[in-house]
Amino acid sequence: MSRIRAIRPFIGAWAAALVLLGFVSTAPADEATLLNVSYDPTRELYQEINAAFQKEWRARTDTTPTIRMSHGGSGKQARAVIDGLAADVVTLALAYDIDEIAARTGLVPSDWQSRLPHNSTPYTSTIVFLVRKGNPKQIRDWDDLVRKDVQVITPNPKTSGGARWNYLAAWGYALDRWHGDEAKAREFVAGIYANVPMLDTGARGATNTFVQRGLGDVLLAWENEAYLSLEAFGRDGFEIVVPSLSIRAEPPVALVAGNAEKHGTTALAQAYLDYLYTPTSQTIAASHYFRPTEPATVPQDLLARFPQVKQFTVDDVFGGWQAAQAKHFADGGIFDQIYATR
Amino acid sequence: MITSILTAPRSLGLRQESVLPGFGLTLGLSVTYLSLVVLIPLASILISASGMSWSEFAAAVASPRALAAYRLSLGAAFLAALVNAVFGLLIAWVLVRYDFPGKRLVDGIVDLPFALPTAVAGIALATLYATNGWVGGLLAPLGVKVAFTQMGVVVALVFEGLPFVVRTVQPVLEDLDRTVEEAAASLGAGRAQTFAKVIFPPLIPAALAGFALAFARGLGEYGSVVFIAGNLPMKSEIVPLLIIIQLEQYDYRGATALAAVMLLASFVLLLLINVAQRWSHRRYAQS
Repeated sequence: MSRIRAIRPFIGAWAAALVLLGFVSTAPADEATLLNVSYDPTRELYQEINAAFQKEWRARTDTTPTIRMSHGGSGKQARAVIDGLAADVVTLALAYDIDEIAARTGLVPSDWQSRLPHNSTPYTSTIVFLVRKGNPKQIRDWDDLVRKDVQVITPNPKTSGGARWNYLAAWGYALDRWHGDEAKAREFVAGIYANVPMLDTGARGATNTFVQRGLGDVLLAWENEAYLSLEAFGRDGFEIVVPSLSIRAEPPVALVAGNAEKHGTTALAQAYLDYLYTPTSQTIAASHYFRPTEPATVPQDLLARFPQVKQFTVDDVFGGWQAAQAKHFADGGIFDQIYATR
Repeated sequence: MITSILTAPRSLGLRQESVLPGFGLTLGLSVTYLSLVVLIPLASILISASGMSWSEFAAAVASPRALAAYRLSLGAAFLAALVNAVFGLLIAWVLVRYDFPGKRLVDGIVDLPFALPTAVAGIALATLYATNGWVGGLLAPLGVKVAFTQMGVVVALVFEGLPFVVRTVQPVLEDLDRTVEEAAASLGAGRAQTFAKVIFPPLIPAALAGFALAFARGLGEYGSVVFIAGNLPMKSEIVPLLIIIQLEQYDYRGATALAAVMLLASFVLLLLINVAQRWSHRRYAQS
């Protein structure tokens, strides 16, 4: 009895704490709310698409859904969803991140990528070079990036989805150039990273390093980010160089079926994803310099802004994201080896 | 509650009767609070790391890359804490012992690193110390590169750790009895002697405490460092970044293994410093 008395204060405090925790976790979810968990540079794009979708949905059903957005590094966002962020749809930078959500939570069906057109990719981009005005270092193609006098700015592929596209673009170019010689490709990519003075953790960070802090001679960037930099910081400061060969960056979208079912938002979420393929959304995407995957419905003057680039896909050259990730970016993968042997 | 305390048998032997009421309640709340805020999160790290086999654990924490990161994290935090111990002591001294216009302002500035978001500090420092920045531009001709090197890490940690030393030394210095110094002077001690034998010794425990806090902060600091470190594998990667990288690869176990090592290292180091501090306190403060 005396023992119980002695610990009674503890019990009381524990009970109070548990009650408090209970309150925190039982906040009710609004039915007509959709959470789109996306990656960094889609902020402006989805602002516009969401407004258009809300208008369209109201015309059809007389209700206006609230669409909440969450932006961040693609991997970080996927991890948040895995850890319980209640996303109804995810619109991320690479398929690997959505694969991981599917494999680790089962909230996304494993065949998610075949459920929407074009590998569930409503818009694509490609990797281009952003250089300083007048191109003082005369950077024309990937070969120039291994020159000793060129500093290359690109984020860390271990922490940034965008940076993985950069790396794979360079690797794909080298494979093409040396007819599939992996050793040559490795030497070439290592040569590029030897010219990288620092690795930012995210794509936007790298853009800031290059554009605002004035470091480096060339920034490897998504085409849409490169154009956004031009528009935000003026065309007198920078210009875009299109390499002879690049990768088709495919940022895919998926329904987080498990969450949407729980929220009762499946129909709304599906309609939202389908809406990304409509002429309106495709045109909005093009106006934000994402390449639409249904270009037939987009005005010619918007399409004419995209330069012609010869592109390969991750599936073509690397056999899909799972294989690329395991070979290049996993612990002890080729990226690690490049730095370990220096 | 109160009756339970009043009637609690003394034979329990776990606590001494105190004249202050509320021991049971406040201790209960303290333990609960500490558990919720500190111990449970830390325990969850150890538990999830303990799910690994030894060979997995060893592979995760003893890779050459991890070893390089430990070296940088520990080395930079130690160096920065050392710099702060010296200059923090000086600043505390100036703030306590002298009067000058703008003293309050300087006193306030000391706290800025506490309040400033770490990312802001990191970006500002990186901009300043980059080879095209104000300070970096001056250092570049001398062949000294700070931003995007290991030096950059030290610079960021010096910035973040400064208030810890100043704020722990300041109150002790204020409480120092000036009559003792006067006595020393009247007994024939020179200025240097007075400082070395009378003023400095009682400050050692506080300086050590400040050093320990700055050092601990340095080990965990992420936000400001990632902007100025350069983050090149094997060269300028700190352990917290390596943990983020593991998470980015969905390798939760690898991340917690590294976290467990850092937790253990910090605990051992802080314990050592605590022991040193106690020892110096007994040796100097009470003599």
